[in-house]
Amino acid sequence: MKSYLAPKFIIERDTERCINCKVCVNQCSFDSHYYDADDDKVKSRIGKCVGCHRCVLFCPTQALTVRENPLDYRANYNWSPEVIEDITKQAESGGVVLTGMGNDKSQRIYWDHLLLNASQVTNPSIDPLREPMELTTYLGRKPDKIDIDKQDPQSIKLKTELAPQVKLDVPVMFSAMSYGAVSINVHKSLARAAVEMGTLWNTGEGGLHPDLYKYGNNTIVQVASGRFGVQPSYLNIARVVEIKIGQGAKPGIGGHLPGEKVTAEVSSTRMIPHGTDALSPAPQHDIYSIEDLSQLIHALKEATNYTKPISVKIAAVHNSAAIASGMVRAGADIIVLDGFRGATGAAPKIIRENVGIPIELALASVDTRLRQEGIRNQASLVISGGIRNSGDVIKAIALGADAVNIGTAALVALGCRVCQQCHTGKCAWGICTSDLFLSKRLNPDIGARRAANLLRGWSHEIKDMLGGMGINAIESLRGNRLHLRGIDLTDTELEVLGVRMAGN
Amino acid sequence: MNNNLNTISNKKVMEISADGLSYRELNTKLREAAAQGIEKFKLTDVCGQRYLGTGLNKPVEIDIRGTPGNDLGAFMEGPEITVHGNVQDGCGNTMNDGEIIVHGHTGDVVGFSARGGKIFIRDSVGYRAGIHMKEYKDKKPVIVIGGNAQDFCGEYMAGGILILLGFNTHEVNFKANFIGTGMHGGVIYLGNKVETYQLGKEVGIAELDENDNNVLRQYVNEFASHFNCDAEEILNRQFIKLFPRWLRPYGQLYVY
Repeated sequence: MKSYLAPKFIIERDTERCINCKVCVNQCSFDSHYYDADDDKVKSRIGKCVGCHRCVLFCPTQALTVRENPLDYRANYNWSPEVIEDITKQAESGGVVLTGMGNDKSQRIYWDHLLLNASQVTNPSIDPLREPMELTTYLGRKPDKIDIDKQDPQSIKLKTELAPQVKLDVPVMFSAMSYGAVSINVHKSLARAAVEMGTLWNTGEGGLHPDLYKYGNNTIVQVASGRFGVQPSYLNIARVVEIKIGQGAKPGIGGHLPGEKVTAEVSSTRMIPHGTDALSPAPQHDIYSIEDLSQLIHALKEATNYTKPISVKIAAVHNSAAIASGMVRAGADIIVLDGFRGATGAAPKIIRENVGIPIELALASVDTRLRQEGIRNQASLVISGGIRNSGDVIKAIALGADAVNIGTAALVALGCRVCQQCHTGKCAWGICTSDLFLSKRLNPDIGARRAANLLRGWSHEIKDMLGGMGINAIESLRGNRLHLRGIDLTDTELEVLGVRMAGN
Repeated sequence: MNNNLNTISNKKVMEISADGLSYRELNTKLREAAAQGIEKFKLTDVCGQRYLGTGLNKPVEIDIRGTPGNDLGAFMEGPEITVHGNVQDGCGNTMNDGEIIVHGHTGDVVGFSARGGKIFIRDSVGYRAGIHMKEYKDKKPVIVIGGNAQDFCGEYMAGGILILLGFNTHEVNFKANFIGTGMHGGVIYLGNKVETYQLGKEVGIAELDENDNNVLRQYVNEFASHFNCDAEEILNRQFIKLFPRWLRPYGQLYVY
């Protein structure tokens, strides 16, 4: 069948600069460039380019540029080129349109409508360059009250037995991204960066490669519907065990890691045959209720002898607040909310763009609900889904989060250009692929440095903003919505966010 | 509560009455005793305690009288559990290694996502038996069910062996629907009749070849020795084999 899809990008080659060195031919995993032996020239194909910039940035003479194909349709607000092209793809295949990364649509980003406060005159701001600033965060269940043994004034002791706590030096962790969806070198990069920066990275649900067990103390291991890689050694090596119920990019559905990505190594970690699809069912078939969730939480506590916090991750959906309350009462020590901008290695586009709610609103309503019920202390609240910079982080903490997870931002630090081709497994940057040839492009030493640098930069910025507010510990900002004001928001939006209008 | 420590056949044995113990107290006791070298536990008066055998990670024997609660042997690595009675839901959940022998029925989701080890059930099981079992090289979970199973057995199976003998039951035919839906690995042997409408569309039916017969004989013999029945009588039944028709059942579902 002839395809009616026009090329998305045009590659422009400056023939005066091009030295026919074939770097672009070798770098492009989408087959856009080739060497024409007859003409003894490197040329480009039309219609293959995905706009990942690999060739542009690796061309030694800067001979290449990539532009969006300026093919104009007759202007139509309803029938946008994207809508027309998706219909065309489906008409030619009968399939579900798949995509990668997070929702790229224009729904309101509430972070951009929230503004932070700063001290002026009446209370002094703090200069983080000359005074200590505390970003330390402890994740885990906190007691309702603490009893202290003061009988011996020389050694005052805590009588209350604390639930397992995890100390983070910076309240930013790396989101769950499974081995198989991302390359082993992404796992290595993030694990090392987490160790360096005193935070945690997350295995996702693809198991933990034996080479990475040594980073266990900075690792969150996931138990998801496919139960890939879940065995006692995996649970016991981790710092936190996370039950994944859902993710923001595709609430309510499972995942299919395509057989192309199930290489020999991936198959050994996931424990499935080489080349088969790794199917993660939509629900966990042993969890059909809050009671069942409680059962799995406690099964994991038993399996790890009550030494680790158990986290439960859900996608932000309409009734997240009630669900979160149930999760806390079911025994979750950490709750992770993933908003509708949360990214993915592969999801049906229609789900990514239409299911779930913005993380800002979900966070505000969950935090409010747990406070109203007097159980906010019983679980830490971690949020994710499109966190772009330290401003988003600090606003999230002021809205009530204990910490945030970053996925896309971490991958961008490693080289990702957000070209949204994760689901193809052909990532030219060696990130979202299990192809050994491509994976090698990400050097974990450099990757770890880049990811750690990002957290270092954000830490400085968070300290600056905290100091500006006259606060010297992130604990003091947590859930302190008086430090936020809203702009361009309706009364209902302000009410849900629990934030006053700017100027008010 | 009554703990008796004695030695039978060179094994250090501990008897525990579970009467009045919470699952956490009971499991803590098992873990501490196993760490001190106890090799066999005889649990009596078990009444709904969950997660027995979880977190022990040692090849100890556990003999259970009474009714253990949900998630018996969840994430289990090593123990051999014998239950003289019925078992509730989630038996062998994500089990990695070891053996569970049930002299009775079990509830739903038996052997869910099992990665290794064996489960023998004398009678019948509930819904969703053997969902998403996996295998890798020589690590291959096996579930043998003497009677019948309900809907969704073998769903999403990615490996392992699920055997439904259809023997210890009054029902002539299997009644389960959606057998093996989404199956993409492993094998199911059925000792009773099914109609094709009862099967997931990802499942193919075949007669047993020599290799299948050898595998079946091995596990039926084990089953018969556990439950003291006649292996030949079981093997004389007309068995069929269910297998995944595709390694990638949903490979054609998507367009980029």
